Amino acid sequence: MNDTSLSKAIDSQTHSFGQEIIRSQPFWVTIAAIVLCFVLSLTGTTNGEQVFFTPENFSNIALNFSFIGIIAIGMTAVIITAGIDLSVGSVMGLAGIATGLTLSSGYGVEAGIAAGILTALACGLVNGILISYIGLSPFVVTLGMLSICRSLALVVSNNKMFYEFGPDEDLFLSIGGGTHLGVANSLVVMLVLTIFLGFMLNFTAWGRHLYAIGSNESAATMTGVPVKAVKLSAYLFCSLTAGISAVMIVGWMGSVTNALGMTYELRVIASAVIGGADLMGGVGTAYGALIGSILVELIRNGLLMAGVDPYWQGTFVGLFIIFAVALEKIRSRRSG
Amino acid sequence: MSSSSQENQSKPVFLDLRNISKSFGAIEALKGINMQLFAGEVVGLMGDNGAGKSTLIKILSGNYQPTSGEMYFEGHPQQFNRPVDARTHGIEVVYQDLALCDHLTAAHNVFLGREKKRNIGPLKILDNKHMFARAGEIFAMLKSETRPRDKVKQMSGGQRQAVAIARTQLSSPQLVLMDEPTAAISVRQVSEVLGLIKRLQSEGVGVLLISHRMPDIFAVCDRVVVLRRGEKVADKHISQTSQDEVTGLITGAVERA
Ligand SMILES: Nc1ncnc2c1ncn2[C@@H]1O[C@H](COP(=O)(O)OP(=O)(O)O)[C@@H](O)[C@H]1O
Ligand SMILES: [Mg+2]
Repeated sequence: MNDTSLSKAIDSQTHSFGQEIIRSQPFWVTIAAIVLCFVLSLTGTTNGEQVFFTPENFSNIALNFSFIGIIAIGMTAVIITAGIDLSVGSVMGLAGIATGLTLSSGYGVEAGIAAGILTALACGLVNGILISYIGLSPFVVTLGMLSICRSLALVVSNNKMFYEFGPDEDLFLSIGGGTHLGVANSLVVMLVLTIFLGFMLNFTAWGRHLYAIGSNESAATMTGVPVKAVKLSAYLFCSLTAGISAVMIVGWMGSVTNALGMTYELRVIASAVIGGADLMGGVGTAYGALIGSILVELIRNGLLMAGVDPYWQGTFVGLFIIFAVALEKIRSRRSG
Repeated sequence: MSSSSQENQSKPVFLDLRNISKSFGAIEALKGINMQLFAGEVVGLMGDNGAGKSTLIKILSGNYQPTSGEMYFEGHPQQFNRPVDARTHGIEVVYQDLALCDHLTAAHNVFLGREKKRNIGPLKILDNKHMFARAGEIFAMLKSETRPRDKVKQMSGGQRQAVAIARTQLSSPQLVLMDEPTAAISVRQVSEVLGLIKRLQSEGVGVLLISHRMPDIFAVCDRVVVLRRGEKVADKHISQTSQDEVTGLITGAVERA
């Protein structure tokens, strides 16, 4: 064997698909989710009757995690750049109100959806410009946006609930609450977004640039990566997912108040981080966002099924975040 | 003032710096630098820490704009507002901190900012196959054992250096700027890097080499320029100076030469 074929052999050895997967956090989170399902199927019984492993409960889980998961996809893109978006819950609330208000004022479904999506994009644009072009800290900018959007939602809604959705009400409700081939629409959207981000991260320059910025922003700048534009696009994308999630959840619930999305940012960030996105930047996957949000919902649902006081949910999710991050630290130290 | 300009008059002037100054607030990093770089010439740039070497390189690479002074590129006044501008004029840089992204593979670092893409219908997707293959070729040319698919995170100092140097070889540059390329690598790898510089030279590529290692400079350079506290204090053909004299110029023991 000559030199180059040897090095090629070593190359393919150390970079085999299986190896890469086993080394990744999403793999271990998937294992954890499966184990958790198994444990819950054993314990999740009431009077000997299975309550966890039922189609009803599973579609319940799927619905609950998809609204969070949709935004976790956008959040992952932002976290990969070493950024953060704390405003997603509020942006979702404001977008939901915009959609509700537009529909209840008698406009059609297209106008209603456009109102929600455009509102979210406007928030993302402001976040992105302040962070990328003005150079303000993502934490501070999006914290400000969190406050602004929640307040605007109160102002615009005048603290009213919207539940009459105009001439296209049935269509609107069926978009958010309907199913495709037996799969809830919000779950379909979540899966499509996962595939979309997975594709973008792995096969486009935009994806490489997100990782490059999170890894070493000054290196990315010096090598000619359009850093500002790429960062702006990440915040736009993140807000867009918040807008999409808002439209879906309002249709599913059939009503919207200005409290929509309150504290969702915590669950969204938890999902992304548990799925392996690294707040230090440069690391994160679309599948990670998916499996992370599934695991968070499984923990929530499992505790509920096990009859644990819901007040404990935050404690368990919090412990899991810390555990996942600690595990990642230990593994990366071991592999050098 | 400089004897080298006379000797090199046969070669065309590639870059001509006239009275270049650069201040960072109150700090004057460069004070009225006049300097010519001839096509295909290897010039050593020496000076103590803080002398202004990196600042000069960053001006040539379009990362900084001079506070005052002009740059002439092949006889025409030229401003580099962004790194891409320098690149389109055939100037490539190996930065002192190497400007690598730890989480990307060697090949993706080499192609960072100018990824090779192919069209699938309306989509432009990364041509990873091409990038891995091309990066592999460059590493082979550099006689480096760096593997294109390895993440930079797990690489040695020498391998990281090779990745940064490989980056300059994507296009056919006319001038390669190197900021301390041999500072943090093993002896064997130093001779590899020097070998590469000689190879660039034989292909008519100019190099501006910053180094603290006197033997490196005397091994590969045609000319040496010495900066001290932002001023150019010497610009001599390598055959007309000695390691002792250059050391004196750097420290200030020799005022000017
Ligand atoms: N971005 C910057 N901001 C402020 N001061 C700087 C900056 N870059 C360099 N300097 C200062 O300019 C002087 C020259 O620095 P530099 O060019 O890095 O020197 P060298 O590379 O020769 O060691 C130093 O005093 C340094 O502190
Ligand atoms: Mg320096």
